[in-house]
Amino acid sequence: MAIIETKNLTYVYPGASKPSISDVSIKIEKGEFVLITGPSGCGKTTLCRCFNGLVPHFYQGELKGEISVAGIDTLKHHTYEMAKHVGLVFQNPENQLFALSIEKDVAFGLENLGLPRDEMRKKVDWALNQTGIYDLRERSPHEISGGQQQRVAIAAVLAMEPEIIVLDEPTSFLDPLSAEKIFEVIYGLNKQQGITVVLVEHRLDLTAKYTNHLIVMNEGKVRFDGNPREILSAEETRLIGVGIPKATLLYQMLKKEGLNLSNTTPLSSEELAGELLEALKSK
Amino acid sequence: MIEAQDVYFSYANKVEALKGISLTIKDGEFVAIMGQNGAGKSTLVKHFNGLLKPTIGTILIDGVETTKTSVATLARNVGFVFQNPDHQLFSETVEDEIAFALKNFGFESEAIEKRITWALNLLALTQYRKTSPFLLSGGERKRVALASVLAWDPQTLILDEPTIGQDHEQKEKLRQFVLQMQTQKKTVVMVTHDVEFVAECDPRVILMKEGRVMADGIGKEILTDPSLLKVSSIVLPQIAQIFSKLSLLGLPKDVIDIYEAKQILLNAKESKQHT
Repeated sequence: MAIIETKNLTYVYPGASKPSISDVSIKIEKGEFVLITGPSGCGKTTLCRCFNGLVPHFYQGELKGEISVAGIDTLKHHTYEMAKHVGLVFQNPENQLFALSIEKDVAFGLENLGLPRDEMRKKVDWALNQTGIYDLRERSPHEISGGQQQRVAIAAVLAMEPEIIVLDEPTSFLDPLSAEKIFEVIYGLNKQQGITVVLVEHRLDLTAKYTNHLIVMNEGKVRFDGNPREILSAEETRLIGVGIPKATLLYQMLKKEGLNLSNTTPLSSEELAGELLEALKSK
Repeated sequence: MIEAQDVYFSYANKVEALKGISLTIKDGEFVAIMGQNGAGKSTLVKHFNGLLKPTIGTILIDGVETTKTSVATLARNVGFVFQNPDHQLFSETVEDEIAFALKNFGFESEAIEKRITWALNLLALTQYRKTSPFLLSGGERKRVALASVLAWDPQTLILDEPTIGQDHEQKEKLRQFVLQMQTQKKTVVMVTHDVEFVAECDPRVILMKEGRVMADGIGKEILTDPSLLKVSSIVLPQIAQIFSKLSLLGLPKDVIDIYEAKQILLNAKESKQHT
């Protein structure tokens, strides 16, 4: 059964003249790692806000169509009810942090669930360690860097261990190695605990390798939905303005020039390097 | 020209963010400052428009010490676009946002009108002219912040993480624009984590770590040095990653450009066929 399903979802922000998402019908299965991409302003963030009911309960406006997340109709249930099921990490961490210390920010959601103190301590420490900010736990979230704030926002969501984690460009302020570590942690949670992950990203060079389900949006609509190897090989994907991973582009260029490479489009440097070693080694 | 002479800087909480930075950035240069979170990159560039003043040492902008002038005076020549657009945007409409600085600098209303139109067009924002910046997406707000600075045409442009939230097309436009600025002898300094963007632009790269300059040179050298990048918490650009894994084929390792990569690999195929 799909853990997230939308049918003809269309939404207009209050005062906006045209819909931010229109006629979006998607299905995400439990345990999937889904990547959503598309040009800036294409509706990715708005779609994510539907997953925990921020659209329409917080943003108001007009939402048409059907949506079900973890078996719940988000139109009929409030965002705080969704919080147990869906954790959302926003693009801009400042919009999400408010407590006096990092530790308190990470613990906030658990406190609201009324967990016993010991259990809460364990979960908070685990989340702080996973995101590499344990040593910062007593600092204020407003005196640390943008990259560190992003880690706090991610830790706060991880601590809740929701069924679904939705991350909207969660590592944009982080240096590449820290970003990779965070993606590895999220990928690990997805693989080991079967947590469903929905990741919004422009940087497919860093993230395409984690997914087998890619959704490409443009002007509020879903343009592609399926296998990333096929979608990223399509000329139209590049024309929409999606940043195709360099390994995928180089593969296409070389194949066009007659280099003997397999028919499986690579998504990472490892995959392409493996193919090149095979094709170019001396006999 | 920007000159830093043995600059040290400590924040009020005694954190020493810069520990002896000396460098010169000439007019017309395009420089990428890279390094891990907390390396001091943003702290350094905030010295270039006088937002921060050195605790010890000197910063000279076109020969004038930043301690001897005001941020307002410096701003006319040094435009700064912040990492987080929400720190910068405050107007009711995109148009007002761009007009604000122009009015402050005393431009005529006709010139203001022309510059707004130009900047909106350049950053694909024309359709949002009368929209509130706060109704726009994160990537679009970032472009509004950039437009509002470009509009007054400063000699030096400082961009803190300009590619965050930008799609591939917008990044390509930014790259073209920076190249155009270079032909006008304008200086662009960007702080960035975006290795792929740096690999595409091929600027001078200054690598920082813990308040010091660790390396300063061309992208082809710095971005293909795995040990240097590892201590800076940066990953190799994808093309360099591929070549680092092809050592068995005896190919060069200092490759970051996709077209160069293609040529080298096709040549390797040719020479294989001839042996």
